[in-house]
Amino acid sequence: MADVLIRDTRKPQPQASLEAKPKSRLRIIDCDIHPSPKCNEEVIAFLPKRWQEHYALFNDHLRVPFMQNLPYPRSAPRIARRDAWPPDGSVPGSNLAFMREQYLDVVDVEYGLLQVLDLFVYSQQNLEFGAALARGINEWQVECVSKPEPRLRASLVVGQDDPAAAVKEIEHSAATGQFAQINMAPRASEPLGRRKYWPIYEAAQAVGLPIGLHTGGYGGHAPTGSGWPSYYNEEHHSNAHTMATQLASLVIEGVPERFPMLKFVFIEGGFGFIPGITWRMDKHFERFRAEVPHLKRKPSEYVRDNFWFTTQPIDEPERNRDMRTLIDWVGVDRLLFSSDYPHWDFDDPRTAFRIPLSEEERAKIFNTNARAVYGFK
Amino acid sequence: MARHVVARTSDIPAGTNKVVTVGGREIVVFHINGEFFALLNRCPHEGAPMQKAQPIAKLDSDGPGEYRRSRVGELLRCPWHGWEFDVRTGQSYFDPHNCKMRSYPVTVQDRAELALGPYSAETFQVTVDDSYLLIDV
Repeated sequence: MADVLIRDTRKPQPQASLEAKPKSRLRIIDCDIHPSPKCNEEVIAFLPKRWQEHYALFNDHLRVPFMQNLPYPRSAPRIARRDAWPPDGSVPGSNLAFMREQYLDVVDVEYGLLQVLDLFVYSQQNLEFGAALARGINEWQVECVSKPEPRLRASLVVGQDDPAAAVKEIEHSAATGQFAQINMAPRASEPLGRRKYWPIYEAAQAVGLPIGLHTGGYGGHAPTGSGWPSYYNEEHHSNAHTMATQLASLVIEGVPERFPMLKFVFIEGGFGFIPGITWRMDKHFERFRAEVPHLKRKPSEYVRDNFWFTTQPIDEPERNRDMRTLIDWVGVDRLLFSSDYPHWDFDDPRTAFRIPLSEEERAKIFNTNARAVYGFK
Repeated sequence: MARHVVARTSDIPAGTNKVVTVGGREIVVFHINGEFFALLNRCPHEGAPMQKAQPIAKLDSDGPGEYRRSRVGELLRCPWHGWEFDVRTGQSYFDPHNCKMRSYPVTVQDRAELALGPYSAETFQVTVDDSYLLIDV
């Protein structure tokens, strides 16, 4: 009714907009999109009957206090943008038609890398259930998400703390050709450079898939080196700390030296911390080289050859122009755009970068770097 | 600046909002504690739709463990990154001078007053006793 009352007495004006006009017809490769099942049982249905019954009886077993709970509030229900709840009332990320309409089609996503956090497989304490769940999540992703929406590419999830089961899962699922990367958790029971995890890296290198490390979860430890923070605001910084410690662990324990063809993608850690940790590793390398004789090159060289970093949550320096310096320090070749859709800290590819980028830089960050890492045609 | 009739007051029950388009701009009108407020339906940060914002209270603190709660519902919390804006002025809570959301004056007028304006007769034939919301853009 009210709409018919609108009387605009002025000439039509163009919409006031912060949006930059698209400089090219660049399509987006988004390295962090979260699909969800409508309910956990939708995934559990892919498990063998024995584990379906187990789930119904005991639920799952995360390494945090209280079932189906998180130690910190996540800013919004289901960590989601408040406008990302589909009109049918289903949970954010579970309605592909709505995802297309709200995001994929609007910004023209060419490929989106899936990150499944539901039923957090990486921290399942019961390893046999975890192994069954990894298979179930992988099959669910393909059947319910990436086959119906081929722009979305599945990540092969493994429970890293049972490396033998993880290797079996990689060998089985990679052979289907349906997966773009292998995901394990940046918060595992030990630092990821430890030998325990090397069979996973060996298998990943053999099948030619990158390792994706998406921030989050609790590997049985406090999320910071100094214990449990009080606030989400405080804990959220630990995402970057965790990524920094894992970068140091992987490089200094010699993983890229031993597996030179293996690519690592750090997802949702941001990239503001990368220059500092890299400079510091190089400095200590000069001083303590004799402690780690297995390293043949400076740590920064491994970082520049074997590691990529997704952009979200984008760092927002006080002066926008300082982002220019940061990108130069990290290296524009190392950055992969990610939105984190539909989560609350979503970065919109149209507005997240508040500095001018050349056509070539835009192409690298939003498309061609990821295309090369994941081998998309 | 022109004044536009955008809705009936009864279109926007207390605690809800409505998006209207004026001059090609999406403007969201909130009904909070008996008052109406109009803001551009777009967060100045990354463009989130403010129609999904949460109206929250202002919380101040003189130190850890203390708080004062005031102006219930008068701060709008962006549905994406949680930036807070004063619904009366559009000013952001964290940087009121530099980060501001576009806001528009809202007026409530009843039907009799509107009859003086340039609105077509058939509209009045279908109206019931009601008040209308006008915004200046």
